[in-house]
Amino acid sequence: MALLKSNKVLYCLGNVSPSLGVLSSRNSSWWGGVQMGPPDPILGVTEAFKRDTNPKKMNLGVGAYRDDQGKPYVLNCVRKAEAVIAEKKLDKEYLPIGGLGEFAKACAQLALGADNEVLKSGRNITVQTISGTGSLRIGANFLSRFHGGPRDVYLPKPSWGNHTPIFRDAGMQLKAYRYYDPSTCGFDFKGALEDISKIPEQSVIVLHACAHNPTGVDPRPEQWKEISDLVKKRNLLVFFDMAYQGFASGDIDRDAWAVRHFIEQGHNIVLSQSFAKNMGLYGERVGGFTVVCKDAEEAKRVESQLKILIRPIYSNPPMNGARIATTILNTPELRAMWLEEVHGMANRIIKMREQLVAGLKKEGSSHNWQHVIDQIGMFCFTGLKPEQVERLTKEFSVYMTKDGRISMAGVSSGNVGYLAHGIHAVTK
Amino acid sequence: MIPCIAMSIFSEVPQAPPVAVFKLTADFREDSHPQKVNLGVGAYRTDDSQPWVLPVVKKVERLIVEDSSLNHEYLPILGLPEFRSAASKVALGEDSAAIKDNRVGGVQALGGTGALRIGAEFLRRWYNGVNNTATPVYVSAPTWENHNAVFADAGFKDIRPYHYWDAAKRGLDLSGFLDDLEKAPEHSIFVLHACAHNPTGTDPSQDEWKKIAEIMKRRNLFVFFDSAYQGFASGSLEKDAWAIRFFVSEGFELLVAQSFSKNFGLYNERVGNLTVVARDNENLTRILSQMEKIVRTTWSNPPSQGARIVGKTLNCPELFAEWKDNVKTMADRVLLMRDQLKAKLQALGTPGTWDHITQQIGMFSFTGLNPKQVEFMIKEKHVYLMASGRINMCGLTTKNIDYVAQSIHEAVTKVQ
Repeated sequence: MALLKSNKVLYCLGNVSPSLGVLSSRNSSWWGGVQMGPPDPILGVTEAFKRDTNPKKMNLGVGAYRDDQGKPYVLNCVRKAEAVIAEKKLDKEYLPIGGLGEFAKACAQLALGADNEVLKSGRNITVQTISGTGSLRIGANFLSRFHGGPRDVYLPKPSWGNHTPIFRDAGMQLKAYRYYDPSTCGFDFKGALEDISKIPEQSVIVLHACAHNPTGVDPRPEQWKEISDLVKKRNLLVFFDMAYQGFASGDIDRDAWAVRHFIEQGHNIVLSQSFAKNMGLYGERVGGFTVVCKDAEEAKRVESQLKILIRPIYSNPPMNGARIATTILNTPELRAMWLEEVHGMANRIIKMREQLVAGLKKEGSSHNWQHVIDQIGMFCFTGLKPEQVERLTKEFSVYMTKDGRISMAGVSSGNVGYLAHGIHAVTK
Repeated sequence: MIPCIAMSIFSEVPQAPPVAVFKLTADFREDSHPQKVNLGVGAYRTDDSQPWVLPVVKKVERLIVEDSSLNHEYLPILGLPEFRSAASKVALGEDSAAIKDNRVGGVQALGGTGALRIGAEFLRRWYNGVNNTATPVYVSAPTWENHNAVFADAGFKDIRPYHYWDAAKRGLDLSGFLDDLEKAPEHSIFVLHACAHNPTGTDPSQDEWKKIAEIMKRRNLFVFFDSAYQGFASGSLEKDAWAIRFFVSEGFELLVAQSFSKNFGLYNERVGNLTVVARDNENLTRILSQMEKIVRTTWSNPPSQGARIVGKTLNCPELFAEWKDNVKTMADRVLLMRDQLKAKLQALGTPGTWDHITQQIGMFSFTGLNPKQVEFMIKEKHVYLMASGRINMCGLTTKNIDYVAQSIHEAVTKVQ
């Protein structure tokens, strides 16, 4: 047989393949060169929290909502929807690649408003995705493959930590525009406009639709208007990330205002939506990706290409969460219940912000904590420096990310006083 | 509304061709012919042509609904721990030495596709150097049509076929396969179907697997198993995992992409697991840490529902036994349809040999019908099958098997 003629046959010795540069032998591994990956900064916080035995410990890391007892909250409308679905005794057949059709429709309506011209003319394509991350990744892959403009994606500084590796893995390059002003713990509007005015035409700009992650700092409507005008002038492709619709102000239409304004102004945006937070469907992975196209014909072409992208990643999306979300959105009583519950979650957060500031005042803090109330959504950029964060964790077992971000959802009426005490201690 | 820019950014986006297997089902749905039969997409059907939610799945779903302690929180990035370990155990066996040695890990993924993709992304980044997109990836000729795209989109530039199906003898082209293994550049990746080869239904025998393993070991070729039909093929989990377990016992470090779509009937819940068998625990730890990074930018963490169902079932002896029974029910019906189709074709005197129908295993059969005959089947007889001649045995029932046999007979005798 041919193999015996080869003098490269080595049984028990190592064999280095010159062109491919790998050392392998029976006793060594293929994976000797695999580096240990760094722990995920956000999820790593939860892991450290779990190991801590201090009864007063607080987990202000990952952004999952907690009720006032610090427990995960399964929405009533979700439980009801699940009961309705169980009754139907549905089969488990594959969904189409783009997911549950009714879900995609309801998802787009929620973001754009049911009477939006885009929906009426059918010039959007909306597909069900694996929550917000899956949506962003599909979008990034799509842009990487089809966007004729520069490879650069402009993120606000700072942005959600996972944005960068998502776009990078999709083959895009990352740049930033000023966003957060550490001196005011607020929006650096002037800096943002200056930076955006310099972005090369046709570049991609990522905007957080509401409840900016991680800062909680959102532009005001008049500021959004100016941003829209400038972005239009610069001819940029807008990628909206909307992970908190309803969760920010408590009002789904108010939270979608920026997205709708941009569309109205003629931007053909791409949009990622997540139902992890606003429906508490975190682990069910419910999301949507929308491309607003020139017309229905273009939407069909774009849809066909999205399917080609999706199929070799996961073939088709999971049913369970999408079914729940659709049932809620399309059943009037459940939808009304949902709107109330989302309002309730947002309100509890707002209350905690107020109580934290009141607590800090009570502790005698001389700092200005107004930003804690001005910021919106699940996260608060406290303004704490890394050394202060480290002390807060070491001395008080309060866990948060190094950038000073806290998840307000982890704050309750039972521990807000302790938190105020700890923050005051490390900042006085 | 003021148009933002005169030309759309997407005006150059071409219309992509539809994915063939889904287009087939779409065409089938639109067909109003009373005797139409769908032998296309690979999902199990009962003898009434209905989808089948496994009784054990219904039972476990009820348990989950009734468990008020369960919520919808995020799973860890790598998935539900009890699902991952149970899934790997199903593939490698209760008494797996590799599992006992703590060198086996699982990555919960979105179906078999998701497991393949995460594995492919990992290999592209870390196998055979760092980011070596030139490593050849071999897939069988033919293979599941999505294999190519999975590896290509993961970044591999050189995807090649290895000889597999011998159309003339309607069986495995073993010598062609072995020859390709001998000639492949060292360290090439080979995607092997663990059992119930898709689309041909033709699997190597145990002796043939041994020959394949010998060459792969000697030539340092990488083993990536695609296991989408464990239990579904023969009705026995152990039998269907024989090849995987043999390779592991031979000392290979390998990946196994597992799907629970078919054997649990959980198609739309996207339940899969990428089993990693490493040299030792230290390697495994590093590998899993890198898998996490890949998962985080793809879907962050996997969906909960399906993994809960499978995890609960596999970890409870009673439910596990019930599941195996349900799986056998499906496998047995397929075997019955194979027997009957062959018998009917032989009774009709349809030209050619039809032994391959019962020799092949699993959901699919490569009938050997050529594209013209397939077109005849679809257009004239309203029997839908893939252009390759692949039929889904699950689409056959006692009620339509005569019509299908008759249609095949006509196709073979009337169309060359």
